[in-house]
Amino acid sequence: MELKLGILVNEGPYTHQASDTAYHFTKAALEKGHEIFRVFFYHDGVNNGTRFTVPPQDDRNLQKAWSELAAKAKLDLVVCIAAAQRRGILDTGEAKRHGKDSDNLAPGFRISGLGQLVEAGIVADRLVTFGD
Amino acid sequence: MNDGKATNGAAGAKKRFMYVNRKAPYGTIYALESLEVVLISAAFEQDVSLAFLDDGVYQLTKGQNTTAIGMKNFSPTFKALGDYEIKKLYVEKESLDERGLAPEDLMQITYEDEDEDYAEKPLIHIVSRSELTEILARQDVLFNF
Repeated sequence: MELKLGILVNEGPYTHQASDTAYHFTKAALEKGHEIFRVFFYHDGVNNGTRFTVPPQDDRNLQKAWSELAAKAKLDLVVCIAAAQRRGILDTGEAKRHGKDSDNLAPGFRISGLGQLVEAGIVADRLVTFGD
Repeated sequence: MNDGKATNGAAGAKKRFMYVNRKAPYGTIYALESLEVVLISAAFEQDVSLAFLDDGVYQLTKGQNTTAIGMKNFSPTFKALGDYEIKKLYVEKESLDERGLAPEDLMQITYEDEDEDYAEKPLIHIVSRSELTEILARQDVLFNF
Protein backbone atom coordinates (compact mmCIF):
# COMPACT_ATOMS: atom_id res chain seq x y z
CA MET A 1 0.00 0.00 0.00
CA GLU A 2 1.38 3.37 -0.97
CA LEU A 3 1.13 6.01 1.71
CA LYS A 4 1.22 9.76 1.88
CA LEU A 5 3.85 10.55 4.51
CA GLY A 6 4.69 13.61 6.53
CA ILE A 7 8.21 13.78 8.00
CA LEU A 8 9.13 15.77 11.11
CA VAL A 9 12.83 16.35 11.85
CA ASN A 10 13.44 17.62 15.38
CA GLU A 11 17.23 17.51 15.68
CA GLY A 12 20.12 19.23 13.97
CA PRO A 13 22.66 17.53 11.73
CA TYR A 14 25.83 15.86 13.07
CA THR A 15 25.08 16.21 16.79
CA HIS A 16 22.24 13.76 16.46
CA GLN A 17 21.59 10.90 14.05
CA ALA A 18 17.93 11.89 13.64
CA SER A 19 18.37 13.95 10.49
CA ASP A 20 20.55 11.26 8.83
CA THR A 21 17.87 8.68 9.59
CA ALA A 22 15.11 11.01 8.38
CA TYR A 23 17.02 11.56 5.13
CA HIS A 24 17.58 7.83 4.53
CA PHE A 25 13.96 7.05 5.45
CA THR A 26 12.64 9.74 3.08
CA LYS A 27 14.85 8.53 0.23
CA ALA A 28 13.84 4.89 0.80
CA ALA A 29 10.14 5.76 1.04
CA LEU A 30 10.32 7.60 -2.29
CA GLU A 31 12.10 4.63 -3.89
CA LYS A 32 9.30 2.36 -2.63
CA GLY A 33 6.72 4.58 -4.34
CA HIS A 34 5.36 6.41 -1.29
CA GLU A 35 4.49 10.09 -1.49
CA ILE A 36 6.28 12.55 0.79
CA PHE A 37 3.75 15.30 1.43
CA ARG A 38 6.21 17.47 3.31
CA VAL A 39 9.37 17.37 5.41
CA PHE A 40 9.09 19.79 8.33
CA PHE A 41 12.13 20.90 10.30
CA TYR A 42 11.56 21.98 13.91
CA HIS A 43 13.61 22.64 17.06
CA ASP A 44 17.33 22.29 16.17
CA GLY A 45 16.17 20.47 13.03
CA VAL A 46 16.07 23.89 11.34
CA ASN A 47 19.89 23.73 11.24
CA ASN A 48 19.52 21.25 8.38
CA GLY A 49 18.42 24.21 6.28
CA THR A 50 21.56 26.34 6.24
CA ARG A 51 23.74 26.40 3.14
CA PHE A 52 26.73 27.63 5.20
CA THR A 53 27.76 24.23 6.57
CA VAL A 54 31.24 23.08 5.54
CA PRO A 55 31.74 19.55 6.90
CA PRO A 56 35.13 17.82 6.41
CA GLN A 57 35.53 16.36 2.92
CA ASP A 58 35.60 12.78 4.17
CA ASP A 59 32.26 13.23 5.94
CA ARG A 60 28.75 13.33 4.51
CA ASN A 61 27.23 16.72 3.68
CA LEU A 62 23.75 16.23 5.02
CA GLN A 63 22.42 19.69 4.19
CA LYS A 64 23.54 19.30 0.57
CA ALA A 65 22.00 15.83 0.46
CA TRP A 66 18.62 17.26 1.49
CA SER A 67 18.87 20.00 -1.16
CA GLU A 68 19.76 17.46 -3.85
CA LEU A 69 16.97 15.11 -2.84
CA ALA A 70 14.52 18.02 -2.84
CA ALA A 71 15.52 18.97 -6.39
CA LYS A 72 15.32 15.39 -7.64
CA ALA A 73 12.05 14.40 -5.96
CA LYS A 74 10.41 17.85 -5.81
CA LEU A 75 10.25 17.63 -2.01
CA ASP A 76 8.61 20.33 0.06
CA LEU A 77 11.23 21.07 2.73
CA VAL A 78 9.82 23.51 5.28
CA VAL A 79 11.76 25.15 8.09
CA CYS A 80 9.73 26.52 11.00
CA ILE A 81 10.01 30.30 11.02
CA ALA A 82 9.92 30.79 14.80
CA ALA A 83 12.48 28.04 15.45
CA ALA A 84 14.63 29.29 12.55
CA GLN A 85 14.72 32.89 13.72
CA ARG A 86 15.88 31.82 17.19
CA ARG A 87 18.72 29.86 15.61
CA GLY A 88 19.79 32.24 12.85
CA ILE A 89 18.35 30.54 9.77
CA LEU A 90 17.07 33.27 7.44
CA ASP A 91 15.85 33.47 3.87
CA THR A 92 16.38 36.59 1.75
CA GLY A 93 13.16 38.25 2.84
CA GLU A 94 13.66 37.59 6.55
CA ALA A 95 17.30 38.70 6.46
CA LYS A 96 16.23 41.96 4.86
CA ARG A 97 13.33 42.46 7.26
CA HIS A 98 15.59 42.04 10.29
CA GLY A 99 18.46 44.11 8.88
CA LYS A 100 20.93 41.20 8.66
CA ASP A 101 23.88 41.32 6.25
CA SER A 102 23.19 37.91 4.72
CA ASP A 103 20.72 35.09 4.38
CA ASN A 104 21.68 31.42 4.66
CA LEU A 105 18.70 29.28 3.68
CA ALA A 106 19.78 26.35 1.50
CA PRO A 107 18.32 25.63 -1.96
CA GLY A 108 15.13 23.59 -1.89
CA PHE A 109 14.11 24.77 1.60
CA ARG A 110 11.48 27.34 2.41
CA ILE A 111 10.61 29.08 5.66
CA SER A 112 7.02 29.01 6.87
CA GLY A 113 4.84 28.69 9.93
CA LEU A 114 3.95 25.84 12.28
CA GLY A 115 0.61 25.56 10.54
CA GLN A 116 2.51 23.69 7.83
CA LEU A 117 3.36 20.99 10.39
CA VAL A 118 -0.22 20.73 11.64
CA GLU A 119 -1.43 20.54 8.04
CA ALA A 120 1.02 17.68 7.40
CA GLY A 121 -0.48 15.87 10.40
CA ILE A 122 -3.97 16.33 8.99
CA VAL A 123 -3.26 15.52 5.34
CA ALA A 124 -0.70 12.71 5.62
CA ASP A 125 -1.64 9.09 6.28
CA ARG A 126 1.28 8.90 8.72
CA LEU A 127 3.39 11.59 10.34
CA VAL A 128 6.81 10.12 11.10
CA THR A 129 8.95 11.91 13.70
CA PHE A 130 12.75 11.78 13.87
CA GLY A 131 14.36 12.94 17.11
CA ASP A 132 14.16 12.14 20.80
CA MET B 1 4.34 35.42 8.08
CA ASN B 2 2.45 32.57 6.50
CA ASP B 3 1.14 30.14 9.05
CA GLY B 4 -0.22 27.89 6.33
CA LYS B 5 -3.82 27.71 7.43
CA ALA B 6 -5.39 24.42 6.41
CA THR B 7 -6.37 24.41 2.78
CA ASN B 8 -7.78 22.03 0.18
CA GLY B 9 -7.41 18.45 1.38
CA ALA B 10 -7.08 19.44 5.01
CA ALA B 11 -10.42 21.22 5.17
CA GLY B 12 -12.76 18.29 5.72
CA ALA B 13 -10.66 16.09 7.97
CA LYS B 14 -10.78 16.11 11.74
CA LYS B 15 -8.17 14.09 13.53
CA ARG B 16 -7.25 13.37 17.13
CA PHE B 17 -3.98 15.19 17.81
CA MET B 18 -2.01 14.31 20.93
CA TYR B 19 0.98 16.27 22.17
CA VAL B 20 3.09 14.18 24.54
CA ASN B 21 5.25 16.31 26.83
CA ARG B 22 8.01 14.35 28.54
CA LYS B 23 10.64 16.95 29.37
CA ALA B 24 11.11 19.51 32.13
CA PRO B 25 10.16 23.08 31.12
CA TYR B 26 13.48 24.98 31.01
CA GLY B 27 16.40 22.55 30.66
CA THR B 28 15.69 22.26 26.93
CA ILE B 29 13.47 24.17 24.51
CA TYR B 30 11.19 21.22 23.69
CA ALA B 31 8.46 22.18 26.18
CA LEU B 32 8.19 25.77 24.98
CA GLU B 33 8.26 24.83 21.30
CA SER B 34 5.70 22.09 21.92
CA LEU B 35 3.34 24.68 23.38
CA GLU B 36 3.86 26.83 20.28
CA VAL B 37 2.66 23.99 18.04
CA VAL B 38 -0.30 23.35 20.34
CA LEU B 39 -1.44 26.98 20.10
CA ILE B 40 -1.15 26.98 16.30
CA SER B 41 -2.99 23.66 16.01
CA ALA B 42 -5.98 25.20 17.80
CA ALA B 43 -6.64 27.24 14.66
CA PHE B 44 -7.16 24.05 12.65
CA GLU B 45 -10.17 22.82 14.63
CA GLN B 46 -8.78 19.39 15.36
CA ASP B 47 -9.48 17.27 18.46
CA VAL B 48 -6.43 18.26 20.53
CA SER B 49 -5.19 16.63 23.75
CA LEU B 50 -2.00 17.04 25.74
CA ALA B 51 -0.29 14.46 27.92
CA PHE B 52 2.32 15.16 30.57
CA LEU B 53 4.53 12.36 31.80
CA ASP B 54 8.07 11.73 33.03
CA ASP B 55 9.73 15.11 33.76
CA GLY B 56 7.02 16.72 31.59
CA VAL B 57 4.82 16.93 34.69
CA TYR B 58 7.08 19.73 35.94
CA GLN B 59 5.74 21.93 33.12
CA LEU B 60 2.44 22.24 35.02
CA THR B 61 3.77 22.89 38.52
CA LYS B 62 2.53 26.06 40.18
CA GLY B 63 4.70 28.91 41.41
CA GLN B 64 7.29 28.70 38.65
CA ASN B 65 9.83 31.52 38.87
CA THR B 66 12.50 31.79 36.20
CA THR B 67 14.01 35.12 37.25
CA ALA B 68 17.30 33.63 38.37
CA ILE B 69 17.90 31.73 35.11
CA GLY B 70 16.97 34.68 32.87
CA MET B 71 14.46 32.67 30.85
CA LYS B 72 10.84 33.46 30.08
CA ASN B 73 8.32 31.78 32.39
CA PHE B 74 5.82 30.42 29.89
CA SER B 75 3.71 28.47 32.39
CA PRO B 76 0.90 31.11 32.45
CA THR B 77 0.24 30.24 28.78
CA PHE B 78 -1.20 26.88 29.86
CA LYS B 79 -3.99 28.78 31.61
CA ALA B 80 -5.11 30.20 28.28
CA LEU B 81 -5.56 26.81 26.60
CA GLY B 82 -9.28 26.72 27.45
CA ASP B 83 -9.76 29.88 25.39
CA TYR B 84 -8.23 27.99 22.47
CA GLU B 85 -10.82 25.20 22.86
CA ILE B 86 -8.12 22.85 24.16
CA LYS B 87 -9.69 21.15 27.15
CA LYS B 88 -7.91 17.85 27.67
CA LEU B 89 -4.66 17.84 29.63
CA TYR B 90 -3.79 14.40 30.92
CA VAL B 91 -1.18 14.06 33.67
CA GLU B 92 0.21 10.65 34.46
CA LYS B 93 -0.23 9.81 38.16
CA GLU B 94 2.82 7.54 38.35
CA SER B 95 5.07 10.31 37.01
CA LEU B 96 3.81 12.63 39.77
CA ASP B 97 4.32 9.93 42.42
CA GLU B 98 7.84 9.10 41.22
CA ARG B 99 8.81 12.75 41.65
CA GLY B 100 7.13 13.27 45.03
CA LEU B 101 4.53 15.57 43.47
CA ALA B 102 0.82 15.68 44.27
CA PRO B 103 -2.05 17.08 42.18
CA GLU B 104 -2.08 20.11 44.54
CA ASP B 105 1.43 21.00 43.32
CA LEU B 106 0.04 21.66 39.84
CA MET B 107 -1.49 24.89 38.56
CA GLN B 108 -5.25 25.25 38.76
CA ILE B 109 -6.31 25.37 35.13
CA THR B 110 -9.96 25.65 34.21
CA TYR B 111 -12.20 26.45 31.27
CA GLU B 112 -15.72 27.80 31.06
CA ASP B 113 -18.17 25.20 29.80
CA GLU B 114 -20.54 26.98 27.41
CA ASP B 115 -22.98 24.07 27.54
CA GLU B 116 -23.32 24.24 31.30
CA ASP B 117 -23.88 27.95 31.90
CA TYR B 118 -20.15 28.69 31.74
CA ALA B 119 -19.35 26.56 34.77
CA GLU B 120 -15.62 26.46 35.56
CA LYS B 121 -14.27 23.00 34.87
CA PRO B 122 -10.77 21.60 35.32
CA LEU B 123 -8.60 21.07 32.24
CA ILE B 124 -6.19 18.79 34.05
CA HIS B 125 -7.12 15.14 34.41
CA ILE B 126 -4.90 12.88 36.49
CA VAL B 127 -4.81 9.46 34.86
CA SER B 128 -2.97 6.23 35.56
CA ARG B 129 -0.25 4.90 33.30
CA SER B 130 -2.59 2.22 31.95
CA GLU B 131 -5.38 4.76 31.31
CA LEU B 132 -2.90 6.97 29.48
CA THR B 133 -1.84 4.01 27.35
CA GLU B 134 -5.45 3.61 26.23
CA ILE B 135 -5.82 7.34 25.57
CA LEU B 136 -2.65 7.33 23.45
CA ALA B 137 -3.87 4.31 21.49
CA ARG B 138 -6.99 6.25 20.42
CA GLN B 139 -5.06 9.11 18.78
CA ASP B 140 -4.49 9.68 15.06
CA VAL B 141 -1.43 11.92 15.24
CA LEU B 142 1.16 11.86 18.02
CA PHE B 143 3.73 14.56 18.65
CA ASN B 144 6.39 13.62 21.17
CA PHE B 145 8.25 16.57 22.62
